[in-house]
Amino acid sequence: MSTEITTDVVVIGAGPCGLFAAFELGLLDLKCHFIDILDRPGGQCTELYPEKPIYDIPGFPVVTGQQLTDNLMAQIAPFAPEFHFNRMVNSIEKQADGSFKLATDADEIFNAKVVVIAAGGGSFQPKRPPVNGIEAFENTSVFYSVRKMDDFRGQDVVIVGGGDSALDWTLSLQSIARSLTLVHRRAVFKAAPASVNKMQELAAEGKINFLTGQIASLDGENGQISHVHLTTDAGDLSLPATRLLPFFGLTMKLGPVADWGLELNDNTIVVDTEKFQTSVPGIFAIGDINSYPGKLKLILSGFHEAALMAQAAKAIVSPGERIVFQYTTSSTKLQKKLGVA
Amino acid sequence: MKIVVTDQAGADHELEGLEGWRVMEVIRDWGLNIKAECGGALSCATCHVYVDKDWTAVVGAPSEEEEDMLDSVGDVRPNSRLSCQILLSDALDGLKLTLALSAAKD
Repeated sequence: MSTEITTDVVVIGAGPCGLFAAFELGLLDLKCHFIDILDRPGGQCTELYPEKPIYDIPGFPVVTGQQLTDNLMAQIAPFAPEFHFNRMVNSIEKQADGSFKLATDADEIFNAKVVVIAAGGGSFQPKRPPVNGIEAFENTSVFYSVRKMDDFRGQDVVIVGGGDSALDWTLSLQSIARSLTLVHRRAVFKAAPASVNKMQELAAEGKINFLTGQIASLDGENGQISHVHLTTDAGDLSLPATRLLPFFGLTMKLGPVADWGLELNDNTIVVDTEKFQTSVPGIFAIGDINSYPGKLKLILSGFHEAALMAQAAKAIVSPGERIVFQYTTSSTKLQKKLGVA
Repeated sequence: MKIVVTDQAGADHELEGLEGWRVMEVIRDWGLNIKAECGGALSCATCHVYVDKDWTAVVGAPSEEEEDMLDSVGDVRPNSRLSCQILLSDALDGLKLTLALSAAKD
């Protein structure tokens, strides 16, 4: 049976704009639940460039993606938002009473009066290598993650990549696979040195093969691969293979957002610039995922959008209630919410 | 200043470039099929291009960090570069390059 959670607001995406939305919503006494496909907050800031400097956040001459995320998490802590990581929202349905029912791929149902989509460039998903026809083999014999080790038992496994995922799975699967070949475009790895050493030992002992090269094409039928064709420094090569695991990192895809009945423009969600509401009343979109005339994909723009969105969200959650505009510097009421007064 | 970009479908585009712009920005702002998802932070490899053989010496080789990022695409060639790491200058007037399949939007 699925878990059911009822809340004021569900925020889809825990990147910087989504996180700040919890602050603005919190000041208005709205409770937030976050849903994010990644395993931690920060979105692009922590997934793509955690250590890279950002120079255009007001008040911070320089801050890294990780620091900005850590600071936002500290800033919203008084409002105790709840986080649901490693899951994706599959569907949003408007209910008769105007609220929304969201279903995730982790078999949960969220009931919310307001939905805020702060999903950046969409959801982070494994990068598909540019190999013709690879889609036909996905989830049958080509996998981008290992869910069940047993799927690889007794198989001829080819792993592609030079990062930690490729190395870790090479070490884990070599003992149960019938054969295992690691393919990387060069003999330089960006992985834990201990794993690289261990892999090299296994290769020296003949327990695995390591080849420098890239996948050129795949052979097979009915979803089942039979051969992986490689271009290598030593010329073209064909490997018999029954399982392929490409590990090329993550990329952003719009994903299920496209199916939620919202007006879109070039993979972004169209909103107004008063409330940042989508074509469906009660569903808002802020940050990189929205578009409106003059839109700039800047974190600071998303912060502004979050503040205006929160006012409109409050009017939906608490209809008829007068919203008093206050400053955190002077309002004892707001300071109490922040735990400082 | 002009650069000539061959897209993934094989069509040539002559684009007006500006000194100091990154090649990725020129390609993106002209609306060609380039994802460039990290915006030029050298944190993805979705602005991957192949530099024409007559230009590889002028453009130069990728840095070590750029090589690391190139590990995340499956179609690297000896003339691969990330176009966000190529800064336009007079020396690159007429630069020719081809967009990699791995740089295409979905």
